[in-house]
Amino acid sequence: MSTVAETQIKLTPEHDARPGASVRSRLQDLLPKIVLAPSFAATIVFVYGFILWTIYLSFTNSKTFPSYAITGPRAYQRLWRWTFESDPPSSWYTSITNMGIFGFLYILICLALGLFLAILLDQKIRGEGVLRPIYLYPMALSFIVTGVAWKWFLDPGLGLEQTLHQWGWTSFHFDWIKNKDFVIYTVVIAGVWQASGFIMAMFLAGLRGIDGEIMKAAQIDGASTFQLYRRIVIPLLRPVFLSAFIVLAHLAIKSYDLVVALTSGGPGGSAWLPSNFMYEFTFKRNEMAVGSASAVIMLMTLTAIIVPYLYSELREKPR
Amino acid sequence: MLRKLLIGTALATSFAFSAHAADVKEVQMLHWWTSGGEAAALNVLKQDLAKEGYAWKDVPVAGGGGDAAMTALKAMVAAGNYPTASQMLGYTVLDYAAAGVMGDLTETAKKEGWDKSVPAALQKFSVYDGKWVAAPVNVHSVNWLWINKAVMDKIGGTEPKTFDDFVALLDKAKAAGVIPLALGGQNWQEATMFDSVVLSTGGPEFYKKAMNDLDEESLKSDTMKKSFDNLAKLVKYVDPNFSGRDWNLATAMVIKGDALVQVMGDWAKGEFHAANKTPGTDFLCYRFPGTDGSVVYNSDMFGMFNVPDDRKAAQVALATATLSKSFQSAFNVVKGSVPARTDVPDTDFDACGKKGIADLKKANEGGTLFGSLAQGYGAPPAVANAYKDVVSKFVHGQIKTSDEAVTELVKAIDDAK
Repeated sequence: MSTVAETQIKLTPEHDARPGASVRSRLQDLLPKIVLAPSFAATIVFVYGFILWTIYLSFTNSKTFPSYAITGPRAYQRLWRWTFESDPPSSWYTSITNMGIFGFLYILICLALGLFLAILLDQKIRGEGVLRPIYLYPMALSFIVTGVAWKWFLDPGLGLEQTLHQWGWTSFHFDWIKNKDFVIYTVVIAGVWQASGFIMAMFLAGLRGIDGEIMKAAQIDGASTFQLYRRIVIPLLRPVFLSAFIVLAHLAIKSYDLVVALTSGGPGGSAWLPSNFMYEFTFKRNEMAVGSASAVIMLMTLTAIIVPYLYSELREKPR
Repeated sequence: MLRKLLIGTALATSFAFSAHAADVKEVQMLHWWTSGGEAAALNVLKQDLAKEGYAWKDVPVAGGGGDAAMTALKAMVAAGNYPTASQMLGYTVLDYAAAGVMGDLTETAKKEGWDKSVPAALQKFSVYDGKWVAAPVNVHSVNWLWINKAVMDKIGGTEPKTFDDFVALLDKAKAAGVIPLALGGQNWQEATMFDSVVLSTGGPEFYKKAMNDLDEESLKSDTMKKSFDNLAKLVKYVDPNFSGRDWNLATAMVIKGDALVQVMGDWAKGEFHAANKTPGTDFLCYRFPGTDGSVVYNSDMFGMFNVPDDRKAAQVALATATLSKSFQSAFNVVKGSVPARTDVPDTDFDACGKKGIADLKKANEGGTLFGSLAQGYGAPPAVANAYKDVVSKFVHGQIKTSDEAVTELVKAIDDAK
């Protein structure tokens, strides 16, 4: 764009003759860049710059404050050793297994539930305008609010269990949030509650974008409703799956506040996710190198999952 | 294109810089004492300073707890923008002193006689390399029992003098149908209770060796195993819903009479006061059984930063006011702790406070004043948190036996050193 503008200026000599106009046009030319520059700089420094800085710190011996002498991959060696300490579980082992359980269930259930709700809502039902925002609103809450609300609801002494006991069902027992082996599933429940409505909205938009003619043609060819969705609608929704997956994957990886608000780490730290591990080690335990190393591993894992997926999805269909 | 973008960036950022003028008559203070009683206690200090003509400016911190404040402090110090002083705990002071950002108050300390009046154990954290870098505000101690007197009378209990007495007392409460032990199942609360259990099980010498010197032989000794076994005994007396509970909710259980006793630091007294309860008639404070004569402490400090010369006068005024006898008394009466100097009269304190002051004096003279490992006064944060991990995993069942707990403890502390 700028080169075109520059050549235009050179081709018309009267611009040089009138300095006022020249400055003005040059300013006009520069203006978008000046406006964009702060956010560009912020991204370069605060995202990519700090990624590099974190990688650098992970190879130092930084404790409370950053130290800049490279001392080798000791932090990674420690994390690697902790990866295999399952009995009793090391904090890192707990964090990564929880990430696996939480990430898998959260993404899978959100996608399934979102698609299911979207298909139901797409049946031209009455009151859709009321129902849609009801499902969507949890997304408007912050994770802290979701976490606190579910913490009270799931607390055996305050919420669901207590209420059902008062109603007479005294044998009812649901204390997952207090149980070291099940607490991570309560994080899944709260997370799914919050995000599935948003995923539903994404799928609903996708469904509305499907050409009705294709559906009719399939119906004329004798496709059952199940076949219609299985063979035509869901394959057509593939780009929505991609977007939804990416939204959910990054929400899952950065879930920190939900764990803190819902479980404050869980019994004996059993609800930790890698982000909790990273914060604890960097800021509370003054082991900045270990914290940085765990952040780098999170980034690598995310890259390893997302990049091939993006690559295959975006390359397949050249437009 | 890219070059122009960069030039534009440079232009835009150059506007962001502006001159910063320092105010001489102002104290910039970073702290997280924002809740009712604590804020009121701090107001005394603000007024003392206002009398000398110094304005008070809080450094705003987003979020309530000390963690957020420490993160903010780290950022301020990294940017070279030091506050006059900051509320700090234990090894944090020494970390910052080692990084060379703390000021030097030795002259003031000499003039005010801090060397003699502040307990030696506290000076370990407020003096670095022979220089005073922090002013201690108070001394909390963690080896306390807080008991609801009405429940105690109902079950006919008396002050437990030994650990076995304590277990018998808990049994009585259980038989009477009250929750015997109010505990919040968060790692720092469990570890704070375990501090007292270790002191009770092994005695003062053992506590010092294991929890302050981190002596490996002591950490894996049979005494340590017995301490874990004793902790397991106590955990049997908590209600099934204890996991994750906040400490003040556990205190509320004792206040309301739902539970008999809580093992907690003396900040719990603030909750009793807020509920208009009086020591002796509504609640009882005893030392954790078998720990009488020793004090396991933690302390709030005001760390003093190496501010420019034109702000040093304000800093000295702040430090002097902080350790003045009148403020020490007024503040600690409200806060529930005891003064950080041993020569403050105890007239304004309640029964528990008087006992606390006497105990501190005795422990200081007898050499039985020890840093609490759970509260970060026994060892640096990495070790203290590794310790909390192990205790919490033991309480919640990830670590199953005391043998395993001791092995894990040694390993975790080794890792964190």
